[in-house]
Amino acid sequence: MSTPQLDVRYVAELARFRLTEEEIAEFQPQMEHVLSYIAKLHEVNVEGIEPMAHTAAVFNVFRPDVAKDGFTQEEALANAPHSGSGLFLVPRMVEG
Amino acid sequence: MELNTLTLTEARQKIRAGELSPVALIDAINDTANRVDEKIGGYVFRDYENARAQAAQADIQLPLGGIPIAIKDAINVKGEPCTAASKVLEGYIAPYDATVISKLRAAGAIPFGRTNMDELAMGSTTETSAIQITRNPHDTERIPGGSSGGSAAVIAGGEALAALGSDTGGSIRQPAAMCGCVGLKPSYGRVSRYGLAAFASSLDQIGPMTRSVEDAALILQVIAGHDPLDSTSLDVPVPNYSAQLGSGVRGMKLGVPKEYFIEGLDVRVATRVREAIETYRNLGAEIVEVSLPHTQYAVASYYIIATAEASANLARLDGVRYGRRAAGGKDLAEHYSRTRGEGFGHEVKRRIILGTYVLSSGYYDAYYLRAQKVRTLIRRDFEEAFQKVDALISPTIPSPAFKIGEHVKDPLQIYLTDIFTTAANLAGICAISIPCGSVKEAGRQLPVGVQILAPAFQEDRLLCIARAYEMATSTR
Repeated sequence: MSTPQLDVRYVAELARFRLTEEEIAEFQPQMEHVLSYIAKLHEVNVEGIEPMAHTAAVFNVFRPDVAKDGFTQEEALANAPHSGSGLFLVPRMVEG
Repeated sequence: MELNTLTLTEARQKIRAGELSPVALIDAINDTANRVDEKIGGYVFRDYENARAQAAQADIQLPLGGIPIAIKDAINVKGEPCTAASKVLEGYIAPYDATVISKLRAAGAIPFGRTNMDELAMGSTTETSAIQITRNPHDTERIPGGSSGGSAAVIAGGEALAALGSDTGGSIRQPAAMCGCVGLKPSYGRVSRYGLAAFASSLDQIGPMTRSVEDAALILQVIAGHDPLDSTSLDVPVPNYSAQLGSGVRGMKLGVPKEYFIEGLDVRVATRVREAIETYRNLGAEIVEVSLPHTQYAVASYYIIATAEASANLARLDGVRYGRRAAGGKDLAEHYSRTRGEGFGHEVKRRIILGTYVLSSGYYDAYYLRAQKVRTLIRRDFEEAFQKVDALISPTIPSPAFKIGEHVKDPLQIYLTDIFTTAANLAGICAISIPCGSVKEAGRQLPVGVQILAPAFQEDRLLCIARAYEMATSTR
């Protein structure tokens, strides 16, 4: 398989973070180097092999449906960088 | 004997015999940390007054009564900062105890000090920490390993008796090997992950880092078990890990995987590991060569799966509910992109990019799905090997600790230091690294480790095998 295209600037946008020009210049060749290494997985014959997402055979774990105490509003907001009126505040996202 | 270099087992005996008070123990550790940590940089936070107050109240009849344990900065301890050494979590104060912390407290232990780590556990050298550099106490020009490098360094530096670390691809075992400690990665599902900053949820496990195998057994005893707050922790009975610890390896079959003795393995490290294998033979174990044919694909598979899971897990770090928030975001999208752009360091960014890429449409089948299939093959290799042998022995690290800054610009070179450790996480089995001597480098003796791997939920067997070597080779 040929080395695929990975545009670090574009992928970082998808992942919601900004890169500086210096970071782009540094990461682009580094990521291509890493990709060319992980491409060695294409040597493996995986025909008929089931993928494994998890090593523990647990599915659909339920807990008893009973009410219990969680954080108070004050505790939940204690770490918020910006809060007010008992709410987490974020920049405006709809036209008012 | 210096109090700060006691094993946990020794400290516990002295406390129970009335020869040592928990307060004197905390004081000795804190004094040492005050003296040496400026040089080593293992701790990012210590609340001495609080720990001392807890020591004064300690119930010494409890299993770990009055014993201080250092905690990796990725594990929530209520009321203390927990930033996983990342700027993105700056200012975050843990509002709850992780389950392992609740269990340690219930057993009488005192969480004391938060240890440095690679940012969000992403790294193998502790150099990606946004807070500080940690130095290897055996040679302060060198890395302590990582990502739990702070935990290993404070033990080796005499600043802690024992610590908790977390291991996603070797992050307990590799620094333990480089700093000359014992490091145990429990089987996936053995220990609750509740309250651990998530890196890769199908691989992460919390485990003990200690001066002796006995100590690792004592801590595992306390932290293991099912937790309703972590649905991936399994409801499997917890055996008494100390009961069979001294029963030896006579009659056991130990496998040596030929793929772990490869080109790239430092010959001096290989020699130490071969000597450890000879010790096992002399102790009455049968040594058998085995093959784990997919070993060479473990690192590639690991870096696809771990980064894919991380890219999803780290979406929560958005500067809204906790952590650091960048100024100047005019709308929500810009708020995210600035907060995360300023908050994440280089290695975290690289890994999120890789994880996002391998999950993206068009590349998913070629990378992520294929890596998951290779993961199945890696697990099968172990299942087949464990049909023939009781456990496996290998090196933990391909070479001793390298110099700080040596590979900073070459991420792939650093990834390859995980070559012997990632497979255990992919397969979900348990593994331990124990010290097996040292090699001489530039006039210094640098520790190396031997790794033992056992089937999932066979920690009792794993610890017994590790203890047999320790009894034969050390005074502890």
